[in-house]
Amino acid sequence: MAVTIRLQREPFDAAAEIAALTRARTDIGAVATFTGICRAEEGDKRIVAMTLEHYPEMAHAEVARHVAAAEQRWPLKGVTVLHRFGRLTPGEQIVLVVTAAMHRHEAFAAAEFLMDYLKTRAPFWKQVEYAGGAVWVDAKQSDDALADRWTQSSGGQEAAE
Amino acid sequence: MKLRYFAWVRERIGKAEEELDPPPGIGSVADLMSWLSERGEEYAYAFENPKVIRAAIDRTHVRPETAIAGAREVAFFPPMTGG
Repeated sequence: MAVTIRLQREPFDAAAEIAALTRARTDIGAVATFTGICRAEEGDKRIVAMTLEHYPEMAHAEVARHVAAAEQRWPLKGVTVLHRFGRLTPGEQIVLVVTAAMHRHEAFAAAEFLMDYLKTRAPFWKQVEYAGGAVWVDAKQSDDALADRWTQSSGGQEAAE
Repeated sequence: MKLRYFAWVRERIGKAEEELDPPPGIGSVADLMSWLSERGEEYAYAFENPKVIRAAIDRTHVRPETAIAGAREVAFFPPMTGG
């Protein structure tokens, strides 16, 4: 399986990443992509910017572990995961997941699986700057529940423990 | 061993990393957190609610009861909020 994992400060080009993953391939019938983008509002508060801190050496290994777990669950042809760090302003991209498979079901499912794990297990932390100051984003229990559902129904494919 | 701190754990302690050698008897990640919290008020503040702190040994997630024997790098951080 073709795997690309990059943690970077720079923006990315989702179309170029899809092209790179599918170039000269005729075995791929489905590509799903997810792009996470920095919003301008959180509830009734305006976001000035968002800073992503990460644990570089662990983040790469942790993403790779989840990509390997996805490959064990679905017959994937390729996966690209890009995650940005540093200061981002509203409208900027944060994360890209591209999954390629023979059929759409595997591509959609693997992209969702990877995003659920990136949210709760990859060592990244968001700090949001509002007009009045900066606050660290609290982890959401709903995100934990979304990640947990992959281990409950499937006979115990524990991603990384 | 090398200790690394991230996000608000780093901010509360006031440093991103340090080298410390915990005394014998500090066996688990939870023991290490209790020992650290006695090093000063900044540590006590960072570890005031140890249940919310996550840890990694040598760049792999671990639970509080995990033994730290042989660890080269132990990291403490809040629950992750990437993606």
